Amino acid sequence: MKLLIANGHVIDPVAAQNSGKDILIENGKVAAWLDRKEARPDDAEVFDASGLVVAPGFIDMHVHLREPGQEHKETIASGCAAAVAGGWTSVCPMPNTNPVNDNAAITRYMIEQAEKTGLANVFPIGAITKSSDGSELAEMGEMKAAGAVAVSDDGRPVPSAGIMRRAMQYAADFALPVIDHCEDKSLSSGGVMHEGKMSLLLGLKGLPALAEEIDVVRDILLARDTGAHVHIAHISTAGAVEAVRQAKKEGLTITCEAAPHHFTLTDSAVEGYDTNTKMAPPLRSEEDRMAILAGLSDGTIDAIATDHAPHHADEKSLEYDRAPFGITGLETAVGLAFTELVHKGVIDLVRLVELCSTNPARILSLAGRGTLTPGSVADITILDPEEVWSFKVAESRSKSKNSPFDGREFRGRAVTTIVNGRVVFAAETV
Amino acid sequence: MRPKRSVSITDRATNSTQMTTGKPYRRRDLLGIRELAASDIIGILDTAENFREISNREVKKVPALRGKTVINLFFENSTRTRTSFEIAAKRLSADAVNISISSSSVSKGETLLDTALNLDAMAPDCIVVRHSSAGVPHRLAEVSKAAIVNAGDGANEHPTQALLDAMTIREHKGQIDGLSVAIVGDIVHSRVARSNIHLLTKLGANVRVAGPRTLVPKDFSFLIRDQEFASGKKPLEVCDHVEDAIRDADVVMILRIQRERQDAAFFPSLSEYSIHYGLTNERLALAKKDAIVLHPGPMNRGIEIASDVADSSRSLILDQVKYGVAVRMAVLYLATGGSPSER
Repeated sequence: MKLLIANGHVIDPVAAQNSGKDILIENGKVAAWLDRKEARPDDAEVFDASGLVVAPGFIDMHVHLREPGQEHKETIASGCAAAVAGGWTSVCPMPNTNPVNDNAAITRYMIEQAEKTGLANVFPIGAITKSSDGSELAEMGEMKAAGAVAVSDDGRPVPSAGIMRRAMQYAADFALPVIDHCEDKSLSSGGVMHEGKMSLLLGLKGLPALAEEIDVVRDILLARDTGAHVHIAHISTAGAVEAVRQAKKEGLTITCEAAPHHFTLTDSAVEGYDTNTKMAPPLRSEEDRMAILAGLSDGTIDAIATDHAPHHADEKSLEYDRAPFGITGLETAVGLAFTELVHKGVIDLVRLVELCSTNPARILSLAGRGTLTPGSVADITILDPEEVWSFKVAESRSKSKNSPFDGREFRGRAVTTIVNGRVVFAAETV
Repeated sequence: MRPKRSVSITDRATNSTQMTTGKPYRRRDLLGIRELAASDIIGILDTAENFREISNREVKKVPALRGKTVINLFFENSTRTRTSFEIAAKRLSADAVNISISSSSVSKGETLLDTALNLDAMAPDCIVVRHSSAGVPHRLAEVSKAAIVNAGDGANEHPTQALLDAMTIREHKGQIDGLSVAIVGDIVHSRVARSNIHLLTKLGANVRVAGPRTLVPKDFSFLIRDQEFASGKKPLEVCDHVEDAIRDADVVMILRIQRERQDAAFFPSLSEYSIHYGLTNERLALAKKDAIVLHPGPMNRGIEIASDVADSSRSLILDQVKYGVAVRMAVLYLATGGSPSER
């Protein structure tokens, strides 16, 4: 079975490719790149990508799929359906499932569930500590052997610098990046939104930027000490971006990601107390948002990751103080990246592909992914940079509907998603 | 994003297609002072003036809200505010129902919205709500057909408290424009402080806040747009010392120290607080000679306010309670369709 993606504009930063090419897929792999003049193989099905951008499959390195344990919010199947509808060919679920993904059995279970579903690839992230309780190291080596691509105690960051140091030393042995949700809970406890003008105005308790920055700086010092690869999850403050920028200049192995809501919205969205504006880290100030844009543009920020965090409507309809943190993001990320970044001149298309595919594959050492060079896995995201569409949360594939972007209009979307050579999503043409 | 709905004490449902029964039913919410214009505030205060004398009558009742139902929905303990709303409703002949729900019983599975929709199904005209979380009245207003009156939401606002404080100040000072008002204590957690800051600055007063730095963030002046009055005074100043706030003030407003928050350790001890931040006669002597003292109650005597100050003729704490009824009568009347009076 052969598939030819014909007439598209191929962007692959790994191959420095940014022009028209046809791509031949065979047996789930990229078989060859053909020039337009070359004869097409007779036996290949042709996908006409005229006017579209053909990119290596997008990899969302930060999602919550809630399975096992919280299947009323999301399952691996529903999360993967949302992923491919949003243009993501691979997703990396965080380990805060119930039980926590702190051992090889759960890691394997997650991968098997994804294989049964047959939509997106799932590359689990294992826990740093057992039960993510910050005390004893989890079996990182075994999880890696089972398919885990990084470790993190996302949402329950390791408070002890001593344990984090040991975790980094140990993870480095297995070449596993340590992903940290940077939040010093002694500074942020009880907070529900960014601490600043808006929190004072609305009478809500603040999560200060300082709580994030103090942990980012700690992790940078620990990375210098241990030589580990540290990846800062959902970076959200100007100070944190600057700290990473300096660490990179120094040559440390520090990478980081930003979430679409942090480059799109600010804390002023909390006015009205819509709990779909509540997430951790919180929507920050305009100054912080500008710093995220600068980081995306100058290379300080390596990846766009959604932090897709589905929650049931009953939980999100609690009081602002009591509603859980998090919003869904898989189906809106590419639309936001086009609308807020590409079309506003913050980044170009090549950089978009780096942020969503090349860099996540490199950070997580996903062999054969993040590129379309012949021989690589045929995970492909096909984009229409100009399509104007609007997101309707009621039609979301996710089991949860907690998005602040319901009804929002976007310019640019992922129109077709190909995973392991198979078309797993095709947008209805307008 | 959901567009911000207008949340003032202005019409809410007049354009609604549901209101087609021909009756000019007008429903208005009072969610906070922040959303009100100065003229709205003055309209409420003037209406309250008119209701004041009802409480002095032999028969303390007028039929203004006969046949209307007011639900006092209190998710947080309150004796004074709930009683005040209940008396206000009864003096206007409304049927008043009190519901006290501890937040813990809500956590048994019924969401806030379930509670609201259930009450709404009983067709109340007005729901007065108090809750320990900021924003609850705003969310109720989105789903409820009744007028929503905020009786205190977390650290956000307590609009009727600010209105009764304003009524007390107007009574004793004639007007609010041009006055200097000191607010001392736990500013950051105080809905009373927020509502008062909005109200007083909208009506032209200069407000100065002071207290321990842990409870008075330096950037609290963010709260309102930093626009100087014609006099050159700033509407809101954050003072480094209590004395700076009180000096030459016309009004000194003392906030209650929430003893229940003491485990959070914003200051070392109550005795240290009373020594450094409490309102004593010595500190009060820095204010204008005819300065008045307000406290939203209940007082911690000997902590945020010395007993002799609390009991002095300058302290108007019982006037505040008295005007509270008139202000809440005015708010209930306006929320359920009445028109404001003019003075």
